[in-house]
Amino acid sequence: MHLNVAEFSAILFFGAILAGFLGSLTGLGGGIVIVPLLTLGFGVDLRYAIGASLITVIATSSGAASAYVREGYSNIRIGMFLEIATTIGALVGAFLGGLLSPDFIAVVFGLALLYSAYISSRPRAEHAPAHTSDPIAVRMKLPSSYPVSGEMVNYGVHNVAAGFGLMWLAGILSGLLGIGSGAMKVLAMDHAMKLPFKVSTTTSNFMIGVTAAASAGVYLHRGYIDPVLAMPVVLGVLAGSLVGAKILGRSNPRVLRIVFSVVIFILALEMIYNGATGKI
Amino acid sequence: MARPAKFDITAAREEHAIELFIGNLLRVCVIATVAVVLVGAALYLPSAFLTRPTYHKFISEPAAFRSVAGIIGAAFSGNGTAIIQAGMLLLILTPILRVAVSVIAFLYERDYMYVALTIVVLGLLLFSLSGGA
Repeated sequence: MHLNVAEFSAILFFGAILAGFLGSLTGLGGGIVIVPLLTLGFGVDLRYAIGASLITVIATSSGAASAYVREGYSNIRIGMFLEIATTIGALVGAFLGGLLSPDFIAVVFGLALLYSAYISSRPRAEHAPAHTSDPIAVRMKLPSSYPVSGEMVNYGVHNVAAGFGLMWLAGILSGLLGIGSGAMKVLAMDHAMKLPFKVSTTTSNFMIGVTAAASAGVYLHRGYIDPVLAMPVVLGVLAGSLVGAKILGRSNPRVLRIVFSVVIFILALEMIYNGATGKI
Repeated sequence: MARPAKFDITAAREEHAIELFIGNLLRVCVIATVAVVLVGAALYLPSAFLTRPTYHKFISEPAAFRSVAGIIGAAFSGNGTAIIQAGMLLLILTPILRVAVSVIAFLYERDYMYVALTIVVLGLLLFSLSGGA
């Protein structure tokens, strides 16, 4: 490519807007497509891509959280309790990231993308809130209430240990790959802990920034975060995701989810291929 | 109909007020980051037209862009790239600040179990920010 940095940044900015918009509408976060966009689309080294992606994940999580919090869905205790698992995981992931070869990390990234594509293609039926809770959940004060058409409805919390373990894994993936691991976090809270859909989605979003900050510090010191590369990505994804978050409350973008899953599926295969053939 | 029998409306309101404060704090931090990044970008822009991207090869960032003290020092020298990096640092600090405020919020609620849990999370984040192991 014979572009100068200004042109390169401008193109990247528009790619990032689209990534942020789709990421927030589908609940997968913009981070999941930033690394493939940078490495496959722009030939950026995986380490710089991971650095820029982590920063972006923090920006979108913090930006969207202020909108979600107002609606009263996120559970701050569940978030903080599980953040112990995700931050420890993120530090482990960042440590592993310094040991493993970029090719191997690219393959793991591809597999994580495949999993995200699978999760986002499945329809998510809103189940009724659990009425009972496991004893440990009660001891940790995790059960709470959330608004359903103007009424506060109580919900219970289950399988705390399984949720905690899955969150630890989500943290490792986040630290290793520079993503928010939103799909895995939602799996832990939605499926294992039986939280209502809105509560798990918004609490996950609230946690993503803290998880990403836990590995971003390590990567900053390793020199993975390039300001000029990260700038258009952060600004673009932030702009795109704020628009997406505004629409999210009013729509159920089923078709978009499927389209996004297909895109992620193709990116996954390309990441795995490039990693396996040493082209990353 | 769905309203539970024992729903403590005052406690819920108080908790929601704290969450609102944290939400606004996050928003202010993100807006401040965008402002700082834009200032840095404006200063950097002239050289952006003269530089070609070299991101295809990993060369670690200079030492001044890799630590909290280094970034702050370089940014105050008025270097555009350093100011953008200060914006990135501000972004990394945002969730950390959020956790720090949560410590105070749980203290205020006299929920000492969660004060302890939150301090653990804060400690892990500060450990990472100081460079990790």
